[in-house]
Amino acid sequence: MGFLDIDHTTKSYGAIEVLHNVDISVEEGEFLVLVGPSGCGKSTLLNMIAGLEDITSGEIRIKDKVMNGVHPSKRNIAMVFQSYALYPNMTVGQNITFGLEMHGTPKPERQKAMKDVAELLQIEQLLDRKPGALSGGQRQRVAMGRALVRNPDVFLFDEPLSNLDAKLRVDMRTEIKKLHQKLGTTIVYVTHDQIEAMTLSTRIAVMYGGYVQQLGTPQEIYDSPANVFVATFMGSPAMNVVPAKVAMEGGKPVAVVALHDDSTVSLPFSQNNMAGWDGRDIMLGIRPETITDEDAADRNSSNIARMTNRIVVTEPAGSDTFVTMTLGGKDVIARMRSDADVRPGANFPFAVNMEKAVAFDPETEMRIVP
Amino acid sequence: MSAATQDTAIRTGRVTRTLIYLILLLFALFYMLPLYVMVVNSVKPLNEITGGGMMNLPQVFTLEPWAKAWSSAQIGVEPTGLQPYFWNSIKMVVPAVAISTILGALNGYVLTKWRFRGDTILFGLMLFACFIPFQIVLIPMARMLGLMGLAGTTWGLVLVHVVYGIGFTTLYFRNYYAVFPTELIRAAQIDGAGFFQIFWRILLPSSGPIAVVSIIWQFTNIWNDFLFGASFAGADSQPMTVALNNLVQSSTGVKEYNVHFAGAILAALPTLLVYIVAGRYFVRGLMAGSVKG
Ligand SMILES: Nc1ncnc2c1ncn2[C@@H]1O[C@H](COP(=O)(O)OP(=O)(O)O)[C@@H](O)[C@H]1O
Ligand SMILES: [Mg+2]
Repeated sequence: MGFLDIDHTTKSYGAIEVLHNVDISVEEGEFLVLVGPSGCGKSTLLNMIAGLEDITSGEIRIKDKVMNGVHPSKRNIAMVFQSYALYPNMTVGQNITFGLEMHGTPKPERQKAMKDVAELLQIEQLLDRKPGALSGGQRQRVAMGRALVRNPDVFLFDEPLSNLDAKLRVDMRTEIKKLHQKLGTTIVYVTHDQIEAMTLSTRIAVMYGGYVQQLGTPQEIYDSPANVFVATFMGSPAMNVVPAKVAMEGGKPVAVVALHDDSTVSLPFSQNNMAGWDGRDIMLGIRPETITDEDAADRNSSNIARMTNRIVVTEPAGSDTFVTMTLGGKDVIARMRSDADVRPGANFPFAVNMEKAVAFDPETEMRIVP
Repeated sequence: MSAATQDTAIRTGRVTRTLIYLILLLFALFYMLPLYVMVVNSVKPLNEITGGGMMNLPQVFTLEPWAKAWSSAQIGVEPTGLQPYFWNSIKMVVPAVAISTILGALNGYVLTKWRFRGDTILFGLMLFACFIPFQIVLIPMARMLGLMGLAGTTWGLVLVHVVYGIGFTTLYFRNYYAVFPTELIRAAQIDGAGFFQIFWRILLPSSGPIAVVSIIWQFTNIWNDFLFGASFAGADSQPMTVALNNLVQSSTGVKEYNVHFAGAILAALPTLLVYIVAGRYFVRGLMAGSVKG
């Protein structure tokens, strides 16, 4: 039993099931991020935890108490909404204490709680203003203040940063992470932004089409994606997934991949079980940062493969230069140092860290587990 | 190129503009004419009107007709002036407007934020109520009022106007609340606010513009209503409109046109006042649904 249990939970609207058998157990103090593209059911799941949507089947428990049918205000949760949902007719102070007032907390205690939260979030000077007179970042803080003041068991965030501009988003991200480290609260956080998911979470649930595709630590999700969807959704630029054929060379399994012309290159696997796939088609997943020039190749890797391929496009991005080439008939992106000597049209000797490469079954799109 | 487009887009020729203003001015004058006739004739002695020259400014200025219309003119058989009927109207309009507006707001709240099975059908039926002609319900309504013991009373009229107004007020508030962010309601639910707390503390404080629309609409309609007043009011609950008719129709003695004009203006004054005070918000409220604030 975890702190928050989502136990074989489904959700249907009429005859349409939008969440299929979701099963997640969250420990106390964990930062769980639900990530996935728009419409995959993240908000629905969060709203079910909050009690804003009812549960079609299965159970949700907080601290071992079944929450099915319990009113949102009685679950001891707090929620931060994407639009912040600040009450426009109340001052910041009233916004923060409204929940306490509704729960019958005496005024002196409310004032004290408000002061503490305002100090924590550095919004003391805003307490008498109306939400309309605040900037996006300030509203965000007030919305968090309103959640924090209740001292809930679980915090729920629904895309809280997606209305902020890029710079502020990064700042607030850091701030939320600091807050979590300082307070050690249990958080369930919804986002469609995989970078937010990677940076904030202690664990990630990647969702797609109403299914949890994979549940794991950011490292597990990144290094060992369960399937092609997770592999390409997490990471920016996305993981390159190219068709390849497994062959045996010198008793070791290799992936045979077509280069820009009709020639092929053999990239040796680190996973010996790939020998079982000899002669069969697979999909080979290579992260952009594992394709580099010889000098930048990972020195700790025991399996660096070489291939010379034609550069199609180069995109300098300051710290890195993204290089596009054709591999297995697909556009493949390599993430190179900015000072690598790359020119479009030239043939370039790439180094591929095959230790990090993964293989997928082309039929099921599931990762072939070593 | 850019100069040319600017010319056609923003500047019209001076001649065209003068012409437009001239036409607008003419229209404005034309529309003001009845008011002008009413005002000038209500401050003239009667002989100046009967002598012809309705359009002339008064030679002798007098407020006598106003005083008479208000407090001593013959209404039906009693020489009471319009005064008691004015208060009858107020006693009918204020509760009718207040009740229909509050019920409309509650309906709008439930129809948008507490959706239930069949809510769209219910709303459709309420909308339909806006289009039922008055005449159709006269006889059934008279019977209902009789059964409820409200026949001939001010409260009977209040009930009739509330029932008739509720379709409109519901429509206004429903459309206004439809664009009110549902996340706010959800936040309040999590904060522990109940059905009425959410309504009073969250929704109503943000409903100013649409409340003004509803109040103006209801006030003008109910104040100006003649048919229901003439059909359902008793002798001591007749509204201003019915009394004005009686004043003008009084068959005894000479027709005091100046008193009639003054009475008509008195009858129209409250609605005018409401527009002058709240007209700005009326337009703003009507726009509020389309332009998200
Ligand atoms: N009230 C509803 N009625 C029917 N379908 C809904 C309703 N709310 C959401 N859905 C559907 O459920 C799916 C998940 O929605 P949602 O949880 O909002 O996605 P996300 O937050 O991941 O973008 C979507 O396909 C959406 O169309
Ligand atoms: Mg969502």
